[in-house]
Amino acid sequence: MQIYLPIAEVSVNAFLLLGLGGIVGILSGMFGVGGGFLMTPLLFFIGIPPAVAVATEAVQIVASSFSGVLAHLRRKSVDLRMGTVLLIGGLIGAALGVVLFNYLKSLGQVDLLVKLCYVVFLGIIGGLMFIESWRAIRRSKTPGAPPVRRKHGLVHALPLKMKFRVSGLYISVIPPVIVGLCVGVLAAIMGVGGGFIMVPAMIYLLGMPTKVVIGTSLFQIIFVTAFTTMLHATTNFTVDIVLAVLLLVGGVIGAQIGTRIGVKMKAEQLRILLAIMVLVVCGKLALDLLLVPTELYSLGTEGGH
Amino acid sequence: MLRLLSLLVLLALPAHSEEIVIGLSRDEVAITANFDGSDVMIFGAVKREAPAPDNGDLEVIITLAGPSESVLVRRKERRLGIWVNTDAVEVDAAPSFYAVATSAPFRETLSEVEDLRYGISIPRVIRSVGAPADVANSETFTEALIRIRAAAGLYQILDNGIDIEEETLFRGQIALPAALTEGDYVARIFITRNGMVVDEYETSIAVYKAGLERWLYEMSRNQPFWYGIMSLAIAISAGWLASAAFRMFQR
Repeated sequence: MQIYLPIAEVSVNAFLLLGLGGIVGILSGMFGVGGGFLMTPLLFFIGIPPAVAVATEAVQIVASSFSGVLAHLRRKSVDLRMGTVLLIGGLIGAALGVVLFNYLKSLGQVDLLVKLCYVVFLGIIGGLMFIESWRAIRRSKTPGAPPVRRKHGLVHALPLKMKFRVSGLYISVIPPVIVGLCVGVLAAIMGVGGGFIMVPAMIYLLGMPTKVVIGTSLFQIIFVTAFTTMLHATTNFTVDIVLAVLLLVGGVIGAQIGTRIGVKMKAEQLRILLAIMVLVVCGKLALDLLLVPTELYSLGTEGGH
Repeated sequence: MLRLLSLLVLLALPAHSEEIVIGLSRDEVAITANFDGSDVMIFGAVKREAPAPDNGDLEVIITLAGPSESVLVRRKERRLGIWVNTDAVEVDAAPSFYAVATSAPFRETLSEVEDLRYGISIPRVIRSVGAPADVANSETFTEALIRIRAAAGLYQILDNGIDIEEETLFRGQIALPAALTEGDYVARIFITRNGMVVDEYETSIAVYKAGLERWLYEMSRNQPFWYGIMSLAIAISAGWLASAAFRMFQR
């Protein structure tokens, strides 16, 4: 069934979009990532103009993250207090990121920078996560090995300590604010919610338990992407609501299924799967930069990226 | 005396010995939610005061052009091992859609000179003032634009796409793709003999969004804030609905 999208001005197959939304929704519920880093390239591929794809993707992420968070709230696996602290940092970071993005755009070559950002960050994060979770899986297979104790480093020496009951942490608020801020900057430059950076940062930098991380990440993604949706809708007029509805119907159902799958899996299995997914996307983007393109020329209107 | 005679001869010849009378299957195309492309049938007749001249066959050319806009064409080059956009050329005006249908192979129906004068073939309708001096092979950018749009079905060449009967009646059909932009689409009909244009006729087809498509498009432009809020409200309620539905399902 073909549907004409009023803002994107292209005609697309409705069932294809429902399916795409569903798959990305499942991943979102399982891993606590928004799925923007997967969905945006897929939308480019089926011929949606890039500016519309990026803006509309944000609406779908709001829907699937909200659906996912409700499922996690019932399981009490959302640290609302930590989420709020991260969010404060995140919004400040996002504002800084937009300023930085516009500055880079005035210099030109912002496209390339975004792609390089993707390759570098996806590569580093995916690689480190893969190694860590691979070791964790091997360790769990050899019984009797002592569990690694959490290090009491710099994170615990800082002032402004706060209790995060759900995460079982008593740490300073400074590291989460900084983590949120950095992720916010990157998210704004790369045009995504930042879940795939936030999740590993919460696990490895803040030492939060994997199960809590997913719900908390989704919680803060809702607000960040709602903010970007409004920004795109009011400045670029590129949010296509028909496209969003088609994607989010699949997305919200997928998120519910994903959450249920995630609960049944072991933390290190979840981490290694996320790492593999991140590495696959990274590899694909790297190939695009390295291989000879089939069409050397591309069309665009001025200002679009 | 000679001058008067030549004037009389000129007056005796009608401005057009043959004229076009035209009909369209539709003079507007409404884009609704389930719009999946549309066919436009253009038909007409050649009106003559005198018997048809016998210098060459009558040929018909029909063009249909969407609204023109400037397009930025970028070229990738390998720098430090990776492929990046380097040179860019702005093509000043290129139609968003363009189809040329002819009653015979294109070059048989129209001479190069007449093509230049009336701007009929695809390269002739695209206007490019010039590339920056530092860009090499700037004409390849226009070629690339035509190649990419032709591959997307936006630029069509329909040789032998028009039927002519009895040197009088003609009929052609142009398929509009699903990915259309709004605006006035200009249809031009030419009749030619020996590659020279005998008469031309121009009319337009209005292509516009209708119904829900129109309403959403207008709202996104006129009330962007409320449009954004509406999008978020839909997203939040869909998220809640799915969660509630799944909980019911599990009990």
